[in-house]
Amino acid sequence: MAEKIELQKVEVWDGNYAASHALRQAQVDVVAAYPITPSTPIVENYGQFVADGYIDGEFVMVESEHAAMSGCVGAAASGGRVATATSSQGFALMVEVLYQASGMRLPIVLNVVNRALASPLNVRGDHSDMYLGRDSGWIQMDAFNAQEAYDMNLCAFRVGEHMDIRLPVMVHQDGFITSHTAQNVNPLSDEEAYKFVGVYNPVEEMLDFSRPVTYGAQTEEDWHYEHKARQHKALMDARPVIESVFAEFQKVSGRQYKRVETYMTEDAEVIIVALGTTVESARVAAKQLREEEGIKAGVVAPRVLRPFPFDAIRDALQNCKAIGAMDRSSPGGALGMLFNEVSAAMYTTSARPVMSNYIYGLGGRDLSINAIKDIYRELQENATAGEITTPVQQFISLRGPKLSFFETRRS
Amino acid sequence: MAITSVKNLKEFSTANERFEGAHLLCPGCAHSMIVRELMNCSDDNLVIAANTGCLEVSTAVYPYTAWDTSWIHIGFENAATAASGAEAMYKARKRKGTLKNPDAPVKFVAFGGDGSTYDIGFQWLNGAVERGHDFTYICLDNEVYANTGGQRSSSTPIGSSSTTAPAGRVSYGEKQNKKDMMSIMAASGAKYVAQVSPNKWKNMAQVFQKSLATEGPCYINAISACCTEWKFDPKDTIHISDLATDSLVFPLYEIVDGHELNINYRPKNIIPVRDYLGSQGRFKHLFKPQFEHVLNEWQTRVDAQWDYLQRREAARV
Ligand SMILES: Cc1ncc(C[n+]2csc(CCOP(=O)(O)OP(=O)(O)O)c2C)c(N)n1
Ligand code: SF4
Ligand SMILES: [Mg+2]
Repeated sequence: MAEKIELQKVEVWDGNYAASHALRQAQVDVVAAYPITPSTPIVENYGQFVADGYIDGEFVMVESEHAAMSGCVGAAASGGRVATATSSQGFALMVEVLYQASGMRLPIVLNVVNRALASPLNVRGDHSDMYLGRDSGWIQMDAFNAQEAYDMNLCAFRVGEHMDIRLPVMVHQDGFITSHTAQNVNPLSDEEAYKFVGVYNPVEEMLDFSRPVTYGAQTEEDWHYEHKARQHKALMDARPVIESVFAEFQKVSGRQYKRVETYMTEDAEVIIVALGTTVESARVAAKQLREEEGIKAGVVAPRVLRPFPFDAIRDALQNCKAIGAMDRSSPGGALGMLFNEVSAAMYTTSARPVMSNYIYGLGGRDLSINAIKDIYRELQENATAGEITTPVQQFISLRGPKLSFFETRRS
Repeated sequence: MAITSVKNLKEFSTANERFEGAHLLCPGCAHSMIVRELMNCSDDNLVIAANTGCLEVSTAVYPYTAWDTSWIHIGFENAATAASGAEAMYKARKRKGTLKNPDAPVKFVAFGGDGSTYDIGFQWLNGAVERGHDFTYICLDNEVYANTGGQRSSSTPIGSSSTTAPAGRVSYGEKQNKKDMMSIMAASGAKYVAQVSPNKWKNMAQVFQKSLATEGPCYINAISACCTEWKFDPKDTIHISDLATDSLVFPLYEIVDGHELNINYRPKNIIPVRDYLGSQGRFKHLFKPQFEHVLNEWQTRVDAQWDYLQRREAARV
């Protein structure tokens, strides 16, 4: 049995170290991995924990990220707990296997430390990789800081391994701002954490020879659709499971999580919807603006990006007047993903808040509190006018002339 | 009963059946002969991984499966890595005591076509071998992308006509020599590599048993005559395989520990290469006068290779 570590009540960990302690406490059986900045330390730490006898697992250092996820699939189908980490180009190289992993219903946990996608090559944080994964059939949970990177990892095993779900789970954190910034983290003790995550329960495993299994069969037009429909249903069914895992986690940790996190939304007229570390910056900006300018600002953040919290988003945004959806990924010839999905959710309610889309922070471009305040001020103008007063999509904090799309016709 | 003690074909035909006949491979396809023999030559539990290709699309069509053992297919290129992952999980769980049948011997085997082995999955295979996983990789080498209708691979031999290296009025088809996977895998750290052919079924069974018994990565290149793409009558699969081994186009040999080369089959009567080439539609254009030189080069190349193998064997280095 692996040695335990006596943790302090408060540890000073960056997001990567926090995630790797969660993997250690979950006693992950196999990690197949390939290094890429900024996620590398997660798997390095796992390797070190194995080398020091704190994990009794197998660390398989493969020759590419495609192989990393392939090894994870082979291992997961063999009936044990599996995790890995990647970012950016590595994530892109994995994509083929991400679909295969979810199609085979294997509860692998993948830490995605968000980073921009080339070209041009860039190692800094944005959400291009997170967005690339959004149709891959994985559950996607988003951590906004190091504490949450730890917490979400522990919850991810519970959600993915749940008997009604059996799906792989990504845990996202922002490259560098979360992954490399040391913060206070309150970990569970090894006993508490392992008790929370629980012993792995194998399903249809290749190493039980009394019941041979066939993984990755061929289906054409006769069965493929049914498989995919059931997979989607499992994703949708994950919503109440995630809620009950979060509730249980609150009991052991005292920390409360929801599929959609809200901040000062009760009476808010203007709300920013964002992901990652931007959520924390927006909270600071909202609080200051309420005090300084009396703007009733709030923040809404999907904690769970997939299954998309269509229901909870509606509830959170029903009563506001203007929404700014902030997308940190190059929208590639469309409106940003958050804008599109939040708009779709709102369109199925009688409320018609004014929607606008802000593209920001690509390739790690800094987002200041002041820039967020400017957004709130524009949203306030929209709210007062009852219609959009700016172009629908604006690129902010960009060098050179302003860039925006879709001027709106005023009434 | 496994094939271990089998003396003749009749006994073999009633051996332990773990690969069911109800699959969709073409009648006469050698893939099924090779796979069946691998699965029947051992009583150990098998975890099998397969790359995309004829074997995979024909044997696990939902809701059916021909595999009476644990089996996984992920993609076109990564069966070796799937086997690596399974083998790593086996080790971890064995140590932790979480296996359901901890004492049962388990072997890990990956199958790939030449397309997935020589081309798209080369890196995945090479990585798994370099890491030293305890598994056997078997290439079902039919020298073409058969599943997708006959495109060239880097195993396609010179002069063969394929859809992407077609013979025509002025071209004799494939221009590149077949990649030497045996040497590559021996140099990559495979503990045991061997070339086998289903017509020499006893040798094939011995090689399979040896590779399963060898600790560490093993690579087997199995010649798999494809009646559909090589263009011969499905009833002639074994006859064509005989021509392949007896012309020495496919010499049967093994390399142990990366260096010790042994020839496993010495034909009593070596037949001319042109008899082998002439038996298949994919080479028929070579018999036109303007391509006569290709036939001659073929014979020279095969002679030189046989000479080289014999000298390597004799040198014992
Ligand atoms: C990534 C990817 N690229 C291409 C294909 C299409 N494809 C499927 S099987 C195949 C050829 C298989 O050839 P080989 O490996 O020689 O096996 P065979 O069918 O000849 O036994 C190709 C090109 C695929 N499935 N996946
Ligand atoms: S095309 Fe060739 S390899 Fe494929 S099933 Fe038919 S005979 Fe076998
Ligand atoms: Mg082939």
